[in-house]
Amino acid sequence: MQAFLKMGKLGEPSASPSTSGAPKKKTKNLPWVEKYRPKTVEDVVEQREAVSVLQQCILGADLPNLLFYGPPGTGKTSTILAAARQLFGDLYKERILELNASDERGIQVIREKIKTFSQLTANSSRADGKLCPALKIVILDEADAMTHAAQAALRRTMEKETKTTRFCLLCNYVSRIIEPLTSRCTKFRFKPLNQSFVLERLQEICQVEDVLINDDILNVLVKESGGDMRRAITALQSCANLKGKGSHITLENVYEVLTVVPSKWVNSFWDLCKKPSDIKEIIQFIDDLEQQAYPIQKVYEHLNDFLMDSENIDDRLKSEIGEKLAESSFRSSCGRGDFTNLLDFAVHTQEILTEPLERRRMQALENAKFTTILGLS
Amino acid sequence: MSLLWVDKYRPKDLSTLDYHTQQAQELKNLVEHGDFPHLLVYGPSGAGKKTRIMCILKELFGTGVERLKSENITVTTPSNKKVEIMTINSNYHIEINPSDAGIYDRVVVMDLIKKIAQSQQIAITNNQREFKVVVLTEVDNLTKDAQHALRRTMEKYSRNCRLILCATSLSPIIPAIQSRCLPIRVPAPTIEEISTIISKICKKEDTAIPATLIEKISKSVNGNLRRAILICEACKVENNLQPNRELPEPDWKVFIKQTATIITHRQSIENIMVVREHLYELLASGIPPEIIFKELITALVLKCDKQIIPQVLQEASTYEYRMWQGNKHIVHMEAFVVKFMCLYQRHLKDLLKDF
Repeated sequence: MQAFLKMGKLGEPSASPSTSGAPKKKTKNLPWVEKYRPKTVEDVVEQREAVSVLQQCILGADLPNLLFYGPPGTGKTSTILAAARQLFGDLYKERILELNASDERGIQVIREKIKTFSQLTANSSRADGKLCPALKIVILDEADAMTHAAQAALRRTMEKETKTTRFCLLCNYVSRIIEPLTSRCTKFRFKPLNQSFVLERLQEICQVEDVLINDDILNVLVKESGGDMRRAITALQSCANLKGKGSHITLENVYEVLTVVPSKWVNSFWDLCKKPSDIKEIIQFIDDLEQQAYPIQKVYEHLNDFLMDSENIDDRLKSEIGEKLAESSFRSSCGRGDFTNLLDFAVHTQEILTEPLERRRMQALENAKFTTILGLS
Repeated sequence: MSLLWVDKYRPKDLSTLDYHTQQAQELKNLVEHGDFPHLLVYGPSGAGKKTRIMCILKELFGTGVERLKSENITVTTPSNKKVEIMTINSNYHIEINPSDAGIYDRVVVMDLIKKIAQSQQIAITNNQREFKVVVLTEVDNLTKDAQHALRRTMEKYSRNCRLILCATSLSPIIPAIQSRCLPIRVPAPTIEEISTIISKICKKEDTAIPATLIEKISKSVNGNLRRAILICEACKVENNLQPNRELPEPDWKVFIKQTATIITHRQSIENIMVVREHLYELLASGIPPEIIFKELITALVLKCDKQIIPQVLQEASTYEYRMWQGNKHIVHMEAFVVKFMCLYQRHLKDLLKDF
């Protein structure tokens, strides 16, 4: 009976949709990133400019074409989706065309799908009688992955359909979007999130989901995810799943999930690089490192931090080491040459730090003169 | 029973794993939780990646996954070329090594996963899951193209298909894939862990093996448990369990060291031809190019003067990089050998000049 009454119209209207809280019903295995996506524009943390423009628009102002750019996990997709939901309410599904890099997005799609979608006219009222802008929005996620040809094909479409359609481009690197497109859009930069905001959000989630985690470990998690909200939330969920209900998440869990290399290893490697150590020792060390299976790319990242922070290295030498580091890390990512590249980096750093500059310059000149053509005798 | 010890004593359950027990418990929690993410299992060879994957599968689907059959699947590329690839599958999972298909790995990845993902599990009873699992081995060998295709497939078919990726190194895997998977690191077992496992196996086999020999084996294998057990069994078969016996080094390792000696011995065109034959033989017997490169460099670097090491390594990394860019490995290896010979010879001449 109780249940019946609650279901019926007599019951209280269902609690006003809580903004970031958990839905009452346990949605089936929804990733937390989806579950806790901000529902309204006001919920989006930081990113003042973009939010205020969208708020104006929700209140009735005109919406320009938008270009959001910034590092991953800063809320680009969330912001535009939340705005669209507020603008269109139930019509949301019909008014939005969302394409991301996982969809086919060659020039063909721009010509056909986007064109046909944007040519439809939109009504200026909702089904429930409320007003809503007579617009449709095309969201192009990860727009920097689009080919230049496809981007060029978008130019005219964007202008011709301004009456009915707005475009929202989302990308990590604004430099990969061609100039004519950027000039047609209002640009907003999304900054990496402040750690305190990420921490706050994670704490909310922990409470709702009954995740047991100490504050200092949560702090580490936030710090290691580097202002990327999605990464932080996904990591938290993975940790929680690994641990099961009712046990505390440990520091090791966080490190494993975020593939952090313990600083002990990087420290000793950096020490090996700095002093003139025996080549055998270095080889042995790299072997051990490979046995531990730590991701080598992370080692390079940490090494870069060390390099930047070390005060007793001359700036010029730093730049030289930095160049080598970049080369090694790039080559590592292109094949399976972790061992060679790491060894190469170690030996070169040693050389740069111990040999005087003059001698190395001489050597380089010598080497440039010497070619294989001079050949074997 | 004529099973090899490696297979006979391979743990079948997450609870019977010998080391990384904490991780095993966590994996168990993960399976029980119901929401199973894509996994990326990585670690050096012989550390037990495959063993863990099979244990996870068993935990997920029950003993049904142990009924394996192998099947050849043909995939047609856009250019109408037929690529045949071997798969190992059970009712619940399918295991492929897409890099077998060479440059056509993209097509294999997309087609196979699509095929599997499109057929849903019908009757979902208690211990059945609503998804199938695709195990992809050696993902670090996949081309970048295939990896991008994979990222798309991963999202599209995540409803009835989960991926378990298996790799030795994370570096060549694009961040987009790494961020979509739950990483599971499988470090090599420590020397003590290997020793305990060997003595446990020997006890079960009723073989008395001296403790010093066990220790010697464990130290010699560089964290590769599979190799340790194989050596141990070989010793048993040879009936030579003396504590001071020589342990056989893998013959390819010996062969590469010989090659290095040839290179440093004399630098001439004739010698290059000899080295070329050696390299061809190594590649033909299935030693992966990165291992050849690594061993060769280690052997050469230890032989040459400290002064030229930086330059040798610089060249080594250049040629290795090119090797991964191109697809004919032998060419770049030879080029490196020739370059090394030149450097080495010049250095020798410089030294002689001073006298």
